[in-house]
Amino acid sequence: MRNNETILLGHGSGGRLTHDLIRDLFVKYFKNEILQTQGDSAILNFSNDKLAFTTDSFVVDPIFFPGGNIGNLAIAGTVNDLAVSGAEPKYLSAGFILEEGLSFEYLEKIVKTMAEEADKAGVQIVTGDTKVVERGKCDKIFINTSGIGTLFPNTEGIVMGDHIQIGDKIIINGYIGDHGMAVMSARNNLKINSNIISDCACLNKLIEKALQFGHDVKFMRDATRGGLGTVLAELCEHKSFGINLLEENIPVRENVRGMCELLGFDPLYVANEGKVVMVVAKAYADKILSSLRQHPLGKDASIIGEIVEQHPGRTWLLTSIGGKRIVDMPAGEQLPRIC
Amino acid sequence: MKYIDEYRDKEKILLLASQIKKISTKKIRLMEVCGGHTMAIQRFGIPDLLPDTVELVSGPGCPVCVTSRSYIDKAIAFSKLTDVIITTYGDLIRVPGSSSSLDKEKAHGADIRIVYSVLDALNIADANPLKKVIFLGIGFETTAPGSAAGIMKAHLAQLFNFSVFSAHKVMPPPMAALIDEGVDIQGYIGPGHVSTITGSYIYDFIPKKYGLGVVISGFEPLDMMQSIYMLVNQFETNKPKVEIQYSRAVKTEGNIKAQEILNEVFEYRDDWWRGLGVLKMSGLGIKEKYSEFDAEKLYQVDVEPTKEDKGCICGIILKGVAKPSDCNLFGKACTPSEPVGACMVSNEGACAAYYKYKRE
Repeated sequence: MRNNETILLGHGSGGRLTHDLIRDLFVKYFKNEILQTQGDSAILNFSNDKLAFTTDSFVVDPIFFPGGNIGNLAIAGTVNDLAVSGAEPKYLSAGFILEEGLSFEYLEKIVKTMAEEADKAGVQIVTGDTKVVERGKCDKIFINTSGIGTLFPNTEGIVMGDHIQIGDKIIINGYIGDHGMAVMSARNNLKINSNIISDCACLNKLIEKALQFGHDVKFMRDATRGGLGTVLAELCEHKSFGINLLEENIPVRENVRGMCELLGFDPLYVANEGKVVMVVAKAYADKILSSLRQHPLGKDASIIGEIVEQHPGRTWLLTSIGGKRIVDMPAGEQLPRIC
Repeated sequence: MKYIDEYRDKEKILLLASQIKKISTKKIRLMEVCGGHTMAIQRFGIPDLLPDTVELVSGPGCPVCVTSRSYIDKAIAFSKLTDVIITTYGDLIRVPGSSSSLDKEKAHGADIRIVYSVLDALNIADANPLKKVIFLGIGFETTAPGSAAGIMKAHLAQLFNFSVFSAHKVMPPPMAALIDEGVDIQGYIGPGHVSTITGSYIYDFIPKKYGLGVVISGFEPLDMMQSIYMLVNQFETNKPKVEIQYSRAVKTEGNIKAQEILNEVFEYRDDWWRGLGVLKMSGLGIKEKYSEFDAEKLYQVDVEPTKEDKGCICGIILKGVAKPSDCNLFGKACTPSEPVGACMVSNEGACAAYYKYKRE
């Protein structure tokens, strides 16, 4: 396999090259007993637990950015989707679509990152697939991961926020907008040296800390594409409660704010890859906050708002200067402005 | 953040709010000319801080909003020519033309690229010598010097596959036209970025001829509150004049170098504004000397007949006569994802600002 420095169409042929690629790259890095059997399916052992199951596909330009690469994203994205559903992530699949001509060095780096990230999160990659498409038919590498986890007790209703009540508090585990702006600044056509690093991380260990409080964590969602603003606008849409957000409590780094100002972006709608929004019972909010802050990924956690009776269905931002405005879902991608 | 937090100091802002309340006895309507101001006012919730006597209305200072649909139609026609790359600021990409938009054409395979400055467009032209790169030059005195500098650079480098399709416009004519039309305002919050280039003296005719005040304002909440205070004060003491609140960026004479570049390349021409129609000497066309870089002269295209949407009241919103919420289409047939009028598309459009931040 090492005779080739780039991915060839033959690597997706199902023949010798494919076989070598799987053995010398994927199985080598993702090694675990289940994957090593290399059967058509992974056979998993579960007792009578309730399962959570999710899937996500990852495309990002550029594939390497400050703070990570598409590999971290592919693991963290799926792990976090399971974790915010109240599940303990257990097993992942990994499907790769590779563009003919992709450098082997890049692919290996990405696969290695995936293995490390999975290890940190305590999950195993137990099955996978590889396809190679002609040059120009995909952009370097697309990854799909699916994941299975077992639900923790007392987490029913957490996905939809069924038990949310007036007075509940809203918590975020740290600075928003880092990932989106890190990727923006890494794009070739934007010559900005911002020192912004993606927040990409698996949140399952952090979330476990909050789940000790059982029913008092009433809703969780990872604020990825669309950002914090979209998560909250979505959460209260068609509901009998509203949300008040306090702008001054929402953590935004200086350089992220600066770059957003420059491009005319609103950090509320910028993507994150390591941020969880929680709605928690008022009485336990401080306790949950301090337990989150004990974890490195939650050290900047903050209570940023609350569930209110007023303006049902709408999220309002109380601005840092004492005004207020709506936080709604954005129509599409944020576009840089003229002046 | 340095140079930002200072201008978002809640205590100072609330102090100004109470001072405005104290001195404001008569009803006053102020127009923020610039779309950047419209967005800042809604984003920070400034109307909540003002007394009932002070009303803010949006003006014609969103370049995308005042640009004619026929411009978009022509840009789309250019994009269909062979070997053409259209380069544009992000603002224009979703603006509806008569039957399509640049982003729809992009999805259909036209080579349309978002750039952050004219320099990006020059680089694309340099890297693609066999392609014709057209830059959509849109904006007021703020962005026009950039387009002019681009043309001068291309001229110097003999980069003949680069051209500009100009929709550049200048600010004073619509400001005069609005008062001539009898729009009910008592002062202008003057455009900050435009004035950085032009200086403040270009507005001197407004207090002289019309008896209205102009305060050139920065874009942070403290800037805006201070500018409103200054205008209310002028109005209450009956001393209309041109003042610069945004003194950290704007000088009376403006940026002479940028003005020279602009005048080297562009000449004034009559131009069409949404809501105001054709205004004399309100647009910027490329001088004959630089016609080799003028997309309109270089490429002949068939453009579909322009269709404006019935029911869209962008025109009178841009004049400050109506608010976005007065439009029957607002929030129903016309939303940011399915915009009918340009005011709903642009980041700086009044309808987009209302939809995003103020919808009840």
